[in-house]
Amino acid sequence: MRGQRRRVVNVMMNWLTALSAAVVVLPLILILVFLVYQGASAVNLDFFMNLPKPVGEPGGGMANAIVGSVILVGLAACLGLPIGILGGVYLAESRDRCLPWVIRFLADVMNGVPSIVIGIFAYTIIVLPMRRFSAVAGAFALAVIMIPIVLRTSEEMVRLVPASLHEAALALGIPQWKVVLRVVLPTARAGIITGVMVAVARIAGETAPLLFTAFGNRFWQLGLNQPIAALPLQIFAYAIAPYDDWHRQAWAGALVLIALIFLTSLTARIATKGRFGGVR
Amino acid sequence: MARAAAPQGGTAEGLSLPCVLPSKRAVRGWGDQLFRLLLRSAASALLAIVTAMVVVMVRAATPAIKAFGWRFLITSTWDPVTEHFGALPLIYGTIVSSALALLLAVPLGIGAAVFLAELAPLWIRPPVVFLIELLAAVPSVIYGLWGIFSLVPWLRQYVQPALGATLGFLPLFQGPPYGVGMLTAGIILAVMIVPFIIAMSREVLLAVPNTQREAALALGATRWEATRIAVLRYGRSGLIGAVLLGLGRALGETMAVTMVIGNRPEISASLFAPGYTMASMIANEFTEATSDLYLSALVEVGLLLFVVTVAVNGLARLLVWSVGGAVHEVRE
Repeated sequence: MRGQRRRVVNVMMNWLTALSAAVVVLPLILILVFLVYQGASAVNLDFFMNLPKPVGEPGGGMANAIVGSVILVGLAACLGLPIGILGGVYLAESRDRCLPWVIRFLADVMNGVPSIVIGIFAYTIIVLPMRRFSAVAGAFALAVIMIPIVLRTSEEMVRLVPASLHEAALALGIPQWKVVLRVVLPTARAGIITGVMVAVARIAGETAPLLFTAFGNRFWQLGLNQPIAALPLQIFAYAIAPYDDWHRQAWAGALVLIALIFLTSLTARIATKGRFGGVR
Repeated sequence: MARAAAPQGGTAEGLSLPCVLPSKRAVRGWGDQLFRLLLRSAASALLAIVTAMVVVMVRAATPAIKAFGWRFLITSTWDPVTEHFGALPLIYGTIVSSALALLLAVPLGIGAAVFLAELAPLWIRPPVVFLIELLAAVPSVIYGLWGIFSLVPWLRQYVQPALGATLGFLPLFQGPPYGVGMLTAGIILAVMIVPFIIAMSREVLLAVPNTQREAALALGATRWEATRIAVLRYGRSGLIGAVLLGLGRALGETMAVTMVIGNRPEISASLFAPGYTMASMIANEFTEATSDLYLSALVEVGLLLFVVTVAVNGLARLLVWSVGGAVHEVRE
């Protein structure tokens, strides 16, 4: 009798946990279906070629926002990647006691700091002294978000490089810096690229830190010391506006954004397949 | 090894710090010394950023801290015209929406993680894990968009009237169903934090040694019993850490919440009523802050959010690290 009950509980928990997994995945499917259903009709050539148009005028697009996002993410990568990757190598290679632990902990904590707080930081340290919103400030905020992610993934990946490889190179009398640059980093390349892609996918969708740093712009603006448009900002502005026209544009923008982000994540996954198959 | 060391010997000496470079490595070339310094400064850049962040924000928030003191935390007028700022409604909104999110997300998240790490057939795991990773990659603003145009109308038309009719005797579910409000914010936050809770809990569960499961199974436990007795209990502190990480996310989540919470700085017992959170207040009003004190008050709200999330995340990491020691979570 008692064994019966235990078996029933076992089966029940199996189904309950399976159900919770299903419930968790459901919103993703709902969101994707909605995005495609609402956005696909508004994604056309105009969308990629034109500037935003006033309400009621057909043919408006988000060309400037797409380019703006690319500029912001590119600039953030230029600032954040060297720091993140080199710092990651340091964490993996260093035999110091205290500093690596502190950095590792700070990186993990920073990973959880709300992006809007990082936006405030960028505002007070760059926008206030410059007296204007700018692409640089936006990129700085994104870089600060990016660094901890890249730092930690690079560390993990460098750690995976077999010590024997490292030692063999050192035994040949090659200086440490050359070993790192020519042996360790190339071996860990695929994994590091994955970390970079994950970080890029994350910052490409960030809106909050750009609200009062990059600020957004309805026109072409390529100067780095001027306010610049970004895809997530434009989606936000259109979504909370009261016009159906703009809502459609927001959906289209969201569809494009999510396509770009998923593509980046997928590439990252494929890049690591096989080489680091056993490692998540 | 000693190549090129002779002329630059002085520089190399100057660069070496006692605790970082043990004396036996002083024979290394100057290239190595320089390289180590480069690596160390890259890592230290993060330290510098965090320090700068604290200093800059505290300085910017000082006027508000001086003007309002502790009253900032316990009064509930937010009036930019007369420059009276009290953050209580924001704190209340942040706590209630996050608590609601945890209430929904924790059972679902831990359940799904147990399913994916312990109970599910092996073939089903990778695709579901992949979907959940995608869910984590969806930007906040897109959740908000979906919230405004899909979740809000659905809640307004079906869910909130039904809740009002059945549970309306509770003050929680009274009042007109606007659609936007605390309940909606809690639901959307739950959807957003659940992937993180699952990812972290799964890492924790996977770090539990197999001997734990085997021992329980050998004593005649069913799969679920083994999970409950030998795995969940073993990984308890790590799971609490995972939940705390989710909480940290929920506290600071900005865009999606701003788009569905209604943005009204009021404290209301009803979950149907609009509210405000600290993060969404900053997002909405920062560019409109006309006076220095107003801006300073907003920075103080940000500082508060920073301190709270750092505390929550720090605690979470320590707890997660305590299970298996080597559970490094790298993907977020």
